[in-house]
Amino acid sequence: MPMDSYRIAIIGAGPAGMSAAARAARLDAETGAASPTHILLEGFSLPAKTIQRYQKGKHVMAEPGFLDLRSDIEFEAGSREHILDKWQSGLQANGVNIRFGAEVTRISGSKGNFVVELSSGESLGAEFVVLSIGLEGNPRKLGVEGQDLPNVQYQLDDPKEYDSERIIVVGAGDAAIENALALAEQNEVWILNRRDEFSRAKEGNLNAILAAISDPNQKLHCYYSTSVKSVVPGAQGSTAMVATLDTPEGEVALECERIIARLGAIPPRRFVESCGIEFPNEKRDAKPELSRYYESNVPGLYVIGSLAGYPLIKQAMNQGYDVVEFIGGNFIQPADHPLLEYQFNGLPYEREVDDLIERFQSLIPMFRELNSLAFRELVIESNVIVSFPDGPEYAEANKKAESLAARLSQMAKPPRMTRVIREGDVIYEPGEFGTSFYTIVDGEVTLERESDGVTHTTTLSRGEFFGEMSLLSGRPRLERAIAGASCIVVESPRRTMVKLMNSNDTVREGIEWIFVVRELQNQFAPNASVADLRDISGRVQIHNYKAGETIFTEGERGDSLHVIRSGGVALSRNIDGEDILVAQVRGGKRIGEMALMGDPTRRETARASVAVETIEVSRAEFIELVRDDRDQIRKLQDAVSQQVTDNARMAVRPESGSVMDFLMDEGLGEATNVLIINEALCVGCDNCEKACAETHGGISRLDRDAGPTYANVHIPTSCRHCEQPHCMKDCPPNAIRRAETGEVYINADCIGCGNCEQNCPYDVIQMKYDAPPKPGLLRWLLFGAGNGPGEDQGASPTEAAAKKGKKATKCDACVDQKAGPACVNACPTGAAMRIGPSQYIDLVEERRR
Amino acid sequence: MIHTGILRYAKARFLWWAVGLTAFSVLLYSTQGGLQPANGGTWQGYVLGTIGALLIVWLSMLGIRKRSYSSNAGSVPGWTSAHVYLGTALLAVATLHSAGQLGWNVHSLSYVLMFVVIISGFYGIYTYVNYPQAITENRSGSSRAALFAELFELDRRGRELAAKGPDDINIVVRSAIERTAIGGGVYAQLLGTDRSLFVRPSGSGDSAAGKPVSNRDQQPVIDLIAGRLPRTSKVAETELLEELLEIFCRRQAVLRRIARDIRLRGRIRFWLLLHIPLTVALIFALIVHIVTTFIYW
Repeated sequence: MPMDSYRIAIIGAGPAGMSAAARAARLDAETGAASPTHILLEGFSLPAKTIQRYQKGKHVMAEPGFLDLRSDIEFEAGSREHILDKWQSGLQANGVNIRFGAEVTRISGSKGNFVVELSSGESLGAEFVVLSIGLEGNPRKLGVEGQDLPNVQYQLDDPKEYDSERIIVVGAGDAAIENALALAEQNEVWILNRRDEFSRAKEGNLNAILAAISDPNQKLHCYYSTSVKSVVPGAQGSTAMVATLDTPEGEVALECERIIARLGAIPPRRFVESCGIEFPNEKRDAKPELSRYYESNVPGLYVIGSLAGYPLIKQAMNQGYDVVEFIGGNFIQPADHPLLEYQFNGLPYEREVDDLIERFQSLIPMFRELNSLAFRELVIESNVIVSFPDGPEYAEANKKAESLAARLSQMAKPPRMTRVIREGDVIYEPGEFGTSFYTIVDGEVTLERESDGVTHTTTLSRGEFFGEMSLLSGRPRLERAIAGASCIVVESPRRTMVKLMNSNDTVREGIEWIFVVRELQNQFAPNASVADLRDISGRVQIHNYKAGETIFTEGERGDSLHVIRSGGVALSRNIDGEDILVAQVRGGKRIGEMALMGDPTRRETARASVAVETIEVSRAEFIELVRDDRDQIRKLQDAVSQQVTDNARMAVRPESGSVMDFLMDEGLGEATNVLIINEALCVGCDNCEKACAETHGGISRLDRDAGPTYANVHIPTSCRHCEQPHCMKDCPPNAIRRAETGEVYINADCIGCGNCEQNCPYDVIQMKYDAPPKPGLLRWLLFGAGNGPGEDQGASPTEAAAKKGKKATKCDACVDQKAGPACVNACPTGAAMRIGPSQYIDLVEERRR
Repeated sequence: MIHTGILRYAKARFLWWAVGLTAFSVLLYSTQGGLQPANGGTWQGYVLGTIGALLIVWLSMLGIRKRSYSSNAGSVPGWTSAHVYLGTALLAVATLHSAGQLGWNVHSLSYVLMFVVIISGFYGIYTYVNYPQAITENRSGSSRAALFAELFELDRRGRELAAKGPDDINIVVRSAIERTAIGGGVYAQLLGTDRSLFVRPSGSGDSAAGKPVSNRDQQPVIDLIAGRLPRTSKVAETELLEELLEIFCRRQAVLRRIARDIRLRGRIRFWLLLHIPLTVALIFALIVHIVTTFIYW
């Protein structure tokens, strides 16, 4: 039987495949081909199987917003039905040659001469093959006991099928969120997120789920940092199952009728490999290696869409269009091209964007781990910083940048562009709060770290990165980063990095490894090089403790110390049967050193006050770290002397410990800048609140009278500027920022969604209308006009304010007030003070004689 | 605590300014004599008068500075500290300026007003130093709102219980709760007088029966319930009275705390009601004093 033969066979009619077929059909029409030279093969009976299986009426997003669509088929954000309609008519209008029910079982042959075998036994010939089969292979399972019980399912066709059930939805991706929201309409739903934030979700879903979780009227609950430990059938005759959950607060048994796990899918890797396509590693989320034209290692065999690692519809459709153009020998620029052009505008290269992307990826080991589109996205969301020697070179580059900036400022939302700096300029200073992460693409960056008056300098070069400590721990920068000669640095925002680390183990492991190395360097061996520490860093242990867990216990023998990587640890001593808190130790500090300095018995019990990560260093590694550095040993010993004195002092004054306990119970362990009122001095005049309102548009961000008091220490309701601010977790417009000096503030981009108000555990954020204007001070003072200084509680918003809506307001620690915090400055009796954690000990200790 | 009160502000820097100013004034005063006796009209007198007048203007500027919230001109605690010490020094400056020549005239009016303003300020410092701590201790970690919340809860339980008891007890309890007086006018707030009333049951034999009588400090109603207790034969009524007694004793404790809170907080504010208006009067009197001095040279 003679075999049907085509120029291009496209396998899989998803968004990528449809778009590719439509382009091929359009080209057929343009060339006036007598019969189609393309075929679109689809195993299912309809196009876009994955989207067909979405819930009815589901809203489909068109992310990423900054990317334009390039396809012969229409696509815009809308309901599932609307989008499927558009696609159906797009296939018809373009005259796509599509064959349904054609499941491909094997692809053999080579470029120009492929044979595509179908499950029906039929075979087709093709010169080129485009694989766009997506990831709908096998859904990932729970991987615990009970994962195959009848009511544990990995897909949800119609949420309306279930009514008045108790359902656990496992997962934090878009599918899990959408299922949970739809099910919650007529069921009681718990959504389990393995992590502590929904960082993988699209913005729209993120807002919806957070709003639903915080809405007391919705029967939707969320467990963060929680996984399923086991599922067992309920008692005989009951339809329920019992799921045991591993939560940060310990195990929780939850009875439910149904578990829906949406944990993503495993790529149909075996089939892809049978076609001769190679994968870079054995990791389950590995993607095939592709050229920039989406061609695999098998010439003529192309891979696009989510299988290639591009999970978004718009990206996939753009690739479908592009791949057919590429096959036709027309090497057009991808749609995100201009955005990259702006980012690379200031670089001293006369190279094409694609070349640069390829070059960057080939030069930087970490970037190599990403597929090229993920890397393109990373670049688009990052700042590209380039330095030039001061002089004509810098002047010229700066001029070029300014002219581009002028051109871009015409756009509604100007895209990012290269940041041009001088050689020797400081990228960041020690003490600055920054959470971005820097990768050196070219040139050198010098890191200077001062300790005890000695400056330790490290020079980093191409492929190395820095800033990981603040990214991972939320602590301020410890070192000064200085741009070297002609360096190129990619500064990636925390949001992007968290997404990347969650989806790419190699990147996460790489960043965590350097974090450990630098922490060891910083704590024990400032003169050692990264190479020296490579070996030791593999031998220390990383531990995670939940709040309340014990790290070590008083009286036991210890043979290691812990460096606290993030969180806070309470040290307590048992005195006459009572636990007395003697110290609260924060990220970046060590505990248990005495065990390695002559006293193997632990003198304190160390307990995690919040979730804690530590690096445990045992005797052998410790000795190796400090062996050759007499100076360093002395410094470590001095630090221990200080700590044991402080601990002893606290232990003999239990009342100080009880004040410290109070501070920790009130969450000050994670604060960086907190308002403390001394009740023995406060006369209750509320001038602090008035000052706050008067310097912040008429709305006070502080409630003096509210908040707890203990032994003259009053903690009013006011922002504490947490180390890792809860409010910043889920701000859709990214309007909550941290100033370099640490103040967490909300900028004008706030959309009033209220996520931050819900996420703040200390109730310091309020949603408020803009306050109406008031008469001036003298008019009030002399003529009694208006209500005087301070917030006018009874004021009603102006029409403009009402139209603008309520916006989030919180303390910004007077980041733009020259004289510092207005509340402190305006206190007539000196009762108000803003302090940082290093002053807690002074606060509770009575040092005055 | 690491906080510094206004008296210790910057190691009491302004105390030494005030001491210096006083010493300077005394020195200047002592150089008078000879043809003209010590007087406001000598050149030394004029210097002292000018310093005094400028001080008064500057001292009263605290009201503006305190409300200039974006100001960079020193901190308010610093200003307040200086206000206290230099205000005290003003007493010396003005007294030396007057050279003790007081009489029934507008010049002496300024002096007397200034004197009263400063004395009221001293009282203010006394309250600022002593009362915040007393207020905190009185509330023992809770807030005034929490005290009221507890009171309302006790009232609710009291009414509920009393409704189950005999009519006369019901009347006593309800009237005692309804006629409990908290706060009142300035006088009542500052002195903590208690005008609470309750209605004694008729048939109790005394002349006040059926009429509202004083229930000062809630003691009379407690006495009444306690007195009734051993005279009751029914077990249910005894239990009820015991519970009511407990509620009224707790009410008494809460009410005492509330009254004390009102009294202390009243006193911490009330002196300003003298200090500020008298300052305004002083400024007017001062203007008259200066103008008349020059007119009748």
